[in-house]
Amino acid sequence: MKKNGTSMAFYVPYGLWLALFVIAPVILIIYQSFFDINGHLTLANYQTYFSSGTYILMTFNSVWYAFLITVVTLLISYPTAYLLHYTKHKQLWLLLIILPTWINLLLKAYAFIGIFSQNGGINTFLGMLGIAPKQFLFTDFSFIFVASYIEIPFMILPIFNGIEELNESFVNASRDLGAKWWQTFTKVIWPLTISGVKSGVQAVFIPSLSLFMLTRLIGGNRVITLGTAIEEHFLVTMNWGMGSTIGVVLIVAMVIIMFLTGERKKRGRRA
Amino acid sequence: MSHTIIELQHVSKRYGDTVVLKDINIEIEQGKFYTLLGPSGSGKTTILRAIAGFLEVSEGDVLFDGQRINDVPANERKVNTVFQDYALFPHMNVFENVAYGLRIQKKPKKAVAQRVESALKMVRLEGYGDREISELSGGQQQRVAIARAIVLEPAVLLLDEPLSALDAKLRKDMQYELRELQQRLGITFLFVTHDQEEALALSDEIFVMNDGEVQQSGTPVDIYDEPINHFVADFIGESNIVAGHMIADYQVEFNGKTFECADAGMRPNEPVEVVLRPEDLDITSTDAGKVQVKVDTQLFRGDYYEIVAYDRLNNEWLIHSTNPAVDGDTVGLTFDAEDIHVMRLNESEEDFDARLESYEGE
Ligand SMILES: Nc1ncnc2c1ncn2[C@@H]1O[C@H](COP(=O)(O)OP(=O)(O)OP(=O)(O)O)[C@@H](O)[C@H]1O
Ligand SMILES: [Mg+2]
Repeated sequence: MKKNGTSMAFYVPYGLWLALFVIAPVILIIYQSFFDINGHLTLANYQTYFSSGTYILMTFNSVWYAFLITVVTLLISYPTAYLLHYTKHKQLWLLLIILPTWINLLLKAYAFIGIFSQNGGINTFLGMLGIAPKQFLFTDFSFIFVASYIEIPFMILPIFNGIEELNESFVNASRDLGAKWWQTFTKVIWPLTISGVKSGVQAVFIPSLSLFMLTRLIGGNRVITLGTAIEEHFLVTMNWGMGSTIGVVLIVAMVIIMFLTGERKKRGRRA
Repeated sequence: MSHTIIELQHVSKRYGDTVVLKDINIEIEQGKFYTLLGPSGSGKTTILRAIAGFLEVSEGDVLFDGQRINDVPANERKVNTVFQDYALFPHMNVFENVAYGLRIQKKPKKAVAQRVESALKMVRLEGYGDREISELSGGQQQRVAIARAIVLEPAVLLLDEPLSALDAKLRKDMQYELRELQQRLGITFLFVTHDQEEALALSDEIFVMNDGEVQQSGTPVDIYDEPINHFVADFIGESNIVAGHMIADYQVEFNGKTFECADAGMRPNEPVEVVLRPEDLDITSTDAGKVQVKVDTQLFRGDYYEIVAYDRLNNEWLIHSTNPAVDGDTVGLTFDAEDIHVMRLNESEEDFDARLESYEGE
């Protein structure tokens, strides 16, 4: 009995944390979403959300940009992680890749404003080549570029771990059986590292759904996502109910993504 | 008649300062069953990897059909491997694993199914096609690995301890199956094992390896009857090895007496080692025996008794006898002149062959 009691005690800090900072807020958000701006219990928020073109477009925008960011990071991260696996001082290189994540997000955003602005680094460089200054800041390109830059380490890490775990002898076996590099990749390497890719997609796609500082600083509010909308409702219009409703939609979207990318139970033997 | 299909010429492999293969020269003829036999860490797997194309040799050439293939990638080499660690694809079921190579070759669906079925049948795994790899025992996995390689019917099959996880009976069955398959399809086998009985039973030719060197190569009978040095004599079969001197041709001295033997071509009074196989020793009375020993212990081995005895110089003698002895008794041992095999110290395989030629040719 005593032993059981002590082991239970180990769960107390985590349990408290979970209850206070995960479960309680989620319940509060769901609760809030059923009240209108005047404090009356209502379903109107949801009605507004699903009948208004603006919110649907915003949702679509969020998903679309999150999708683009995820695809760009994945396209860059997978080959990087793969090459990293075969490099000599991989731990050092990995450290260099992780390093930028230690710097505050806002600092990095401001740095990019400097780089992309009319008289920033890139335009100065283009000017030396005799090319007229171009608008980089506040474009879709700059938004996706910076967001991908920020997310890349979170994609590389799980994929790198997946590739490190891949037993080299599977690759050898595939080649031994006559498979060319590309066949080995599609039939053996990719399927065996897919779980790393899924974790990476989770780690990038879900936070990208609710990016909001970047949309303003780099995207110039041209890109309005659900994150921006939540911020507006809580801080500007003070319509907490509507903000919470969008929050609930985001949570549902996250659950769907988790479900789609999660480890599914291995299918049983076909009879 | 049969031509050389694989050849290693002066192949060496180093990892940093450690030398793993030292000047290996091996010739493999088409359609024969070869075995690499040696203790753990002697470089057997390394040789297979050099042939399959998974490592770059530090020096020397690997030839296939007379062509240098050092730079040919593994997927283009006409050899298949049964890996020591099986390397079965964990995300595919048994059928998909075995079908992998055929799929790569874009064989028609029907032919794939048929050939996979018959390969699975050969390794006694009919009806296991739908199983996941994780649902198989170690021995079953090993047999899937065999099936996956043989289904392609390659010119050369490299088998890295392919039967190590099987029980004695299944192992025997699979030995017969492999030998039969090898002969029926005329596939060249390069088989790795550290089980000397398996090597002796299956092979046309054996390479005995130690410390990255081929110590001796030859037919099982040659290697068993005429081991070139202490290591080979000790590793292949059981043996009594005693120090002695070569008095003259066909006369060797050990245990304080001179015996007739069948070996010659050495310097007079040269120090040598004498090998006597336990099954060649017969127990008689003390007076009739050529060597007198005192029985220490004995073990019943099923078809014979293994008796350990000591002579007066305290050399250990191992005797295989159909009849038990009495512990503590002093008995005599007899043997024929042909049972004695004399080994020179540090003789190379070439010198050994040349010497044999010189007096056996007469
Ligand atoms: N990548 C490597 N780096 C350094 N040494 C290695 C490497 N691979 C193998 N070796 C060494 O090479 C030697 C031969 O290895 P190999 O795998 O060929 O042995 P083996 O004869 O197949 O042994 P076993 O019967 O245990 O399978 C061993 O001493 C091993 O430690
Ligand atoms: Mg090995």
